[in-house]
Amino acid sequence: MTEYTETAEHVHESGHMHRDDEASKMAMWLFLFTELLLFGGMFLLYGAYRFQYADGFKVAAADMNSFIGAVNTIILLTSSLSVALSIGAIQRNQKKLALAMLWFTLLCGLGFLVNKYFEWSHEISNGIYPGGPALQEMSNGQVIYFGLYYVMTGLHGLHVIVGMVFLAVMIAFIQKDIITNSNYQKLENAGLYWHLVDVIWIFLFPLFYLLH
Amino acid sequence: MANEILAREPNYLEYQGKHKGIAGWLLTLDHKRIGLMYLMAIMVFFFVAMTLGVLMRLEMLTPGETIMKPQTYNSVFTLHGVIMVFLFIIPAIPAVFGNFFLPIQLGAKDVAFPRLNLFSWYLYILGAILAVASLFSGSGAADTGWTFYVPYSIRSAQNVTMTTMAAFVLGFSSIVTGLNFVVTIHRLRAPGMTWFRMPLFAWGLYATSWIQVLATPVIGITLALIMLERFLGIGVFDPALGGDPILYQHLFWIYSHPAVYIMILPAMGVVSEILPTFARKDIFGYKQIAISSLGIAFIGYLVWGHHMFVSGMSDASRIVFSLLTFLVAIPTGVKIFNWVATLYKASIKFSAPFYYVLAFIFIFSIGGLTGLVLGALATDIHVTDTYFVVAHFHYVMFGGMGIMFFATMHYWFPKMFGKMYSEKIAIIACTQIIIGFNMLYFPMFIMGYMGMPRRYYDYLPQFQGWHILSTVGSWILVTGIVFMFGNLLYALLKGPKAPDNPWGGTTLEWRIKGLPTLENFEEIPVVTGGPYVHDRPTYIMHPSKEIQHTNGDAKKAEKEGVSH
Amino acid sequence: MSEQIYSQEQASGAQAAHHTEGGHAHITGYGTYILVWLGLVALTAVTVTVAGIHLGSLTLITALVIAAVKTSLVGYHFMHIKYDNAITKIFILVCIVIFLTFWILTFSDLSFR
Repeated sequence: MTEYTETAEHVHESGHMHRDDEASKMAMWLFLFTELLLFGGMFLLYGAYRFQYADGFKVAAADMNSFIGAVNTIILLTSSLSVALSIGAIQRNQKKLALAMLWFTLLCGLGFLVNKYFEWSHEISNGIYPGGPALQEMSNGQVIYFGLYYVMTGLHGLHVIVGMVFLAVMIAFIQKDIITNSNYQKLENAGLYWHLVDVIWIFLFPLFYLLH
Repeated sequence: MANEILAREPNYLEYQGKHKGIAGWLLTLDHKRIGLMYLMAIMVFFFVAMTLGVLMRLEMLTPGETIMKPQTYNSVFTLHGVIMVFLFIIPAIPAVFGNFFLPIQLGAKDVAFPRLNLFSWYLYILGAILAVASLFSGSGAADTGWTFYVPYSIRSAQNVTMTTMAAFVLGFSSIVTGLNFVVTIHRLRAPGMTWFRMPLFAWGLYATSWIQVLATPVIGITLALIMLERFLGIGVFDPALGGDPILYQHLFWIYSHPAVYIMILPAMGVVSEILPTFARKDIFGYKQIAISSLGIAFIGYLVWGHHMFVSGMSDASRIVFSLLTFLVAIPTGVKIFNWVATLYKASIKFSAPFYYVLAFIFIFSIGGLTGLVLGALATDIHVTDTYFVVAHFHYVMFGGMGIMFFATMHYWFPKMFGKMYSEKIAIIACTQIIIGFNMLYFPMFIMGYMGMPRRYYDYLPQFQGWHILSTVGSWILVTGIVFMFGNLLYALLKGPKAPDNPWGGTTLEWRIKGLPTLENFEEIPVVTGGPYVHDRPTYIMHPSKEIQHTNGDAKKAEKEGVSH
Repeated sequence: MSEQIYSQEQASGAQAAHHTEGGHAHITGYGTYILVWLGLVALTAVTVTVAGIHLGSLTLITALVIAAVKTSLVGYHFMHIKYDNAITKIFILVCIVIFLTFWILTFSDLSFR
């Protein structure tokens, strides 16, 4: 029992806590569940309204450019790959590769947001936004479709930004050797978050772009 | 002996860390101090909301305007609900007593994430400030009721946005606490503390924490949508744009029904702590009680529709939800029967906390049984949105969680503050609370049955007799509560020193000498048996000493404990 | 059951045992990740193509099935669920069950109105 020497004093005083990677991962997963259910509420609304306004949704979705949607999907999938590779690189102690992969991920995230920006501004310039002139002429189903579209992709976009901030912090941690090949749970957690953002987009894409 | 006293570490109240004075509290990472900070904040808001409740009762003393205008009344009942639900009932037992005692009961030095724990307290304060500020900003607090039903909540000219924002932030705080507790229970149990050696309070918190993690986000997005709807008019809840208000009710109750189990499960956990202590025997049906907590948590996810029987939901759905609602009675019954069986043939010690638990069982049973009236479709339609619902709600929430909060205070007070209160006064206050409580809320069952609708500042003269009875009951209840807290406050300032284990409790917190120190234990204890074993020690408090000195039982027991 | 979870966690140092090495590290080959990525891109192509074909009510279902397959690929390989311990898997299962419950019960209302 003598190994129980690490004291809470350390936690309270030096702010340094003994590391428990399992606990940290478990907490991250629980947090991901909350994110999943946050979006889950929106998906439930989407399901209910798609059920109610099947035709209105189809008409509204015809306005979407599924090519840009598909490109954004590929961008996010690729960024997921690069995050996974950066973790692999850290495990192998390839610091430079890990950093390069994370920078690439950030670039992907930025590309995604730029695409999203052009999509939104296209719709908005056509008067399709909550309360906008074009939307007011449309049927209830279309109004709801675009309401959900803006909220869900907007919320997702926010998560992309948060994920990019996390990853940027990870880059700093790797540069300062706070994250190393024997201590990389933080990077793993940031990666989990980024993958979740990807997973949500995997569902958003067919639900908003591919209705025919 | 003298040596030991000299070597004694300062307790958590005396401890001087890096930060002194008030900063030593506001920046603390000690789960016990955070628990006390929650206690202080929660008490403030409990009294605020209680005052609002008293004012409402005063308004109902006579028909027509008594002390306030209808608009004020609407804001008052909304704020009473929001503050009581989100600032008192949900966080009270987990955030105060869970924070304080969960790590100790598990044999840990702190929760898994002390910083996150402090963060959740600040979120709580932020949410509380927003809730109170909504009263004084814009056109005043929301007048929608704590349920924020659409479409009214998106049309109301009152400051609904800020009130929902408050609930949103408080939900976040609740999630953080829940997440912390789940990880703590998984990762920080002392050696030998198997799942089925955990105290039942920890089981209650475990079930609660899962609900907090898996239900609260749904209310988060729902409230966020109300704000968006108010600012932008996105249409998802606005019938004028094709939105479906019933879907709002679904999403709201997907969280808010499980939330009532967030409120009651920790309270039930404390019942399971107090009963074996005062019955002075092991709890009857430990595993059943432990598992029934998870059962209640799970079934709690399946029954939200019973809040919506008259909303226009489909008939098929109403029948399904009504049926599922009755299922909740099963795990709840398991608990009640096991508690009663624990008392059977026990040599019961009638102390103050035990009286409060008896009050709980009596009042909560009335609340639970009237719940069946509301869960059954036909009778529900008769009493929907009447005082019957108000009465039922207060019997289960106040009579359940509120009374257990008082019981918990009395049970753990000596271990939290090291002082002893007057048990005689506590018992007198308890009696007064029971009388006042029933006088206040029981007439509401009758009025509701006769058709008195809820949330009106006015009523027909025929109800006045019952309203007077109810209002007088509120005075008795409130003076009882003030009396009770006065007793505790007096004890805090001038009470005699409490013994280490005044009730003969068997769980780890009672094995600590005096007040807990910063790290709770000099050494992480080793657990060798169940939590409520009265006839032999089931914890080795100083494994390094005791196991060396005794090669017999303790060592063997420790081995068993660890290798199981 | 509980006893097992307990011993597992204790073995990996649940309480204060020094747990400085990430004991669960499993190093996946770069090639595996790239293969998974290729699979994901291929599935994206499939879902776009299939959406162009008129399948009636099947459109939504195929889209959702493909999305679910993609999600499980991301989860299993990129998020390392494959190498995670039983407790993480149980957690995920619980979350999914609860989430599906919300759907089923809400649609018990919507589809019978």
